[in-house]
Amino acid sequence: MTSTDAAAVPADFAPWENADEKPLIEFQNVTKRFGDFTAIDNLNLQIYEREFFALLGPSGCGKTTLMRMLAGFETPTEGTILLGGQDMAPIPPNKRATNMMFQSYALFPHLSVADNIAFGLKRDGIPKADIDARVDEMIRLVQLGQFAKRKPHQISGGQRQRVALARSLAKAPKLLLLDEPLGALDKKLRQETQFELMDIQEKTGTTFVIVTHDQEEAMTVASRVAVMDHGKLIQVDTPAGIYENPNSTYVADFIGDVNILEGHAAKSDAGCQITWAEGQPAINSNCGTDLSGKVHFAIRPEKITVSADKPTDKPNVLQGKVHDIAYLGNISTYHVRLSNGQIIKAQSANNRRLSRRSFTWEDDVYLSFTDTAGVVLAE
Amino acid sequence: MRRMSWFNVTSLTFGLAFLYLPMLLLIIYSFNESRLVTVWAGFSTKWYGELFQNEAFLDAALVTLKVGFFSATVATVLGTMAAWILVRGGKFFGRTLFSGMIYAPLVMPEVITGLSLLLLFIAIGMDRGVMTIVLAHTTFSMCYVSVVVSSRLVAFDKSMEEAALDLGCTPASAFFLVTLPLIAPAVLSGWLLAFTLSLDDLVIASFAAGPSSTTLPIKIFSSVRLGVTPEINALSTIMISIVAIGVITASLVTKQAIARAKRDEQKAIQDG
Repeated sequence: MTSTDAAAVPADFAPWENADEKPLIEFQNVTKRFGDFTAIDNLNLQIYEREFFALLGPSGCGKTTLMRMLAGFETPTEGTILLGGQDMAPIPPNKRATNMMFQSYALFPHLSVADNIAFGLKRDGIPKADIDARVDEMIRLVQLGQFAKRKPHQISGGQRQRVALARSLAKAPKLLLLDEPLGALDKKLRQETQFELMDIQEKTGTTFVIVTHDQEEAMTVASRVAVMDHGKLIQVDTPAGIYENPNSTYVADFIGDVNILEGHAAKSDAGCQITWAEGQPAINSNCGTDLSGKVHFAIRPEKITVSADKPTDKPNVLQGKVHDIAYLGNISTYHVRLSNGQIIKAQSANNRRLSRRSFTWEDDVYLSFTDTAGVVLAE
Repeated sequence: MRRMSWFNVTSLTFGLAFLYLPMLLLIIYSFNESRLVTVWAGFSTKWYGELFQNEAFLDAALVTLKVGFFSATVATVLGTMAAWILVRGGKFFGRTLFSGMIYAPLVMPEVITGLSLLLLFIAIGMDRGVMTIVLAHTTFSMCYVSVVVSSRLVAFDKSMEEAALDLGCTPASAFFLVTLPLIAPAVLSGWLLAFTLSLDDLVIASFAAGPSSTTLPIKIFSSVRLGVTPEINALSTIMISIVAIGVITASLVTKQAIARAKRDEQKAIQDG
């Protein structure tokens, strides 16, 4: 199952754009209720083979329920879940071609690392020699060679995480479910592990579905991200699509940092103009679809340039005073107060040494951005 | 260590004396040379020797051990099953009633339990003997097992069982391969508790026992009515030791399991 050429996943891997491609997983009008509480609300979703699919949302948005339905620990109240075209409802967890990596890792404390990895293989009645070979292969994959005989409590958190991953991959599932797999690791280890996960996913060619509330993690690892809220999918798109073209203020606000200005849009020669506050110049922007009337204009802080002198080549220029500076080392975020009291966040890379910064607290500055920098949203 | 105040020392002394003085007297007098129980006439172990010559006592002891072993084993199986259903069964019809009924024998007067069992055995025409005592002891000790085991199950990470299912276990094999090995200390201490309870019991056993089968407590009780002999003291001393060993072992097993869990937990935290 470990196809070596799988590492060569093309950069333009986008089966979701191909109408002929058959999805590996399909949710059809799936609803899940726990008593009066609706965890999943009439949800439709296709996930394709070899995808690294991230379910992202705040706690209680239904992402874990969605995953547990794939594993077979929950059954949909209404609707159908298809895996490779087959209805999953009557199939119990132990008969599914899916495996799950648990948030707590759920390693069996009475078994050694090797026995933990072999656990699933032994249930299938595979000959012992084959099991040993497969366990060796998995141990090599996650680089745990010298720890094979140790018990889970004798290894570190990061190593435990690898054992859990190896155990869930050992049976070569069609689909691997990862429930907040890196939640227990510290930030540095988490970032390293994210890249390892991507590597392993490409090496094995397995479809991964990951649940996370960490948007950076979702953006890093996933081929597509689904942003969820209250049991509904708000937007399903590539990380870049989600970030650059959010379809709602909810998504814009949930992913990354954003300035959201409320205003009225009207058509103009170049696109449209958004009047948003008295005494402030209207914002020139591409409106895309015919949005008019009340709109929200969303713009990321890093798309706004801060300067001491008034720029002449930008279609949008606002004037304000530096209210606050958050210095993060590599970048600084400036909170600039406009004359109407509105605070706008603008970010710039600190490509000069701090002492040479040309403006500081309470200085008058200009904020400028292009007409394509922001997104106009209906709500 | 901090010095205890005179108040604490006094209450500790009184409390322990209240609990253990009678037993201490009994143990001391079991080594009494004299046949008169209340007159000390020098140290001797002759009553222990005489005890082991007494067929009736030895038979009763054998019956007691047999009853204890079998009833504890059956009670452990049933009690573990009941605990499993209560903790893991989710919401099912009659759950509240069931959980109430499991724990009811803990507070039920033993006389009532014994009497109702006696009526049952008569109704179904069962001859009273070792078998009926085993059944009776199983009935009242399984709820103790179920209390011990369910407290362990509540603290048990459920995702461990889900992982077993996910990796291809049937619910039954998940239980035997993952859950049972991990709750084994609780199951073992449940068994020891049930065994000890069975060893101690007089009231229920005397309802369920027949002429052919007499347990040690019944034997002791009936011979004491003819007068206390140093032999009885010796026998009681042996029983106290067995029960004490049982209880201490059970608590050590549990304590060790908790300590190990805590150690692993701390190690896990240190390792991040």
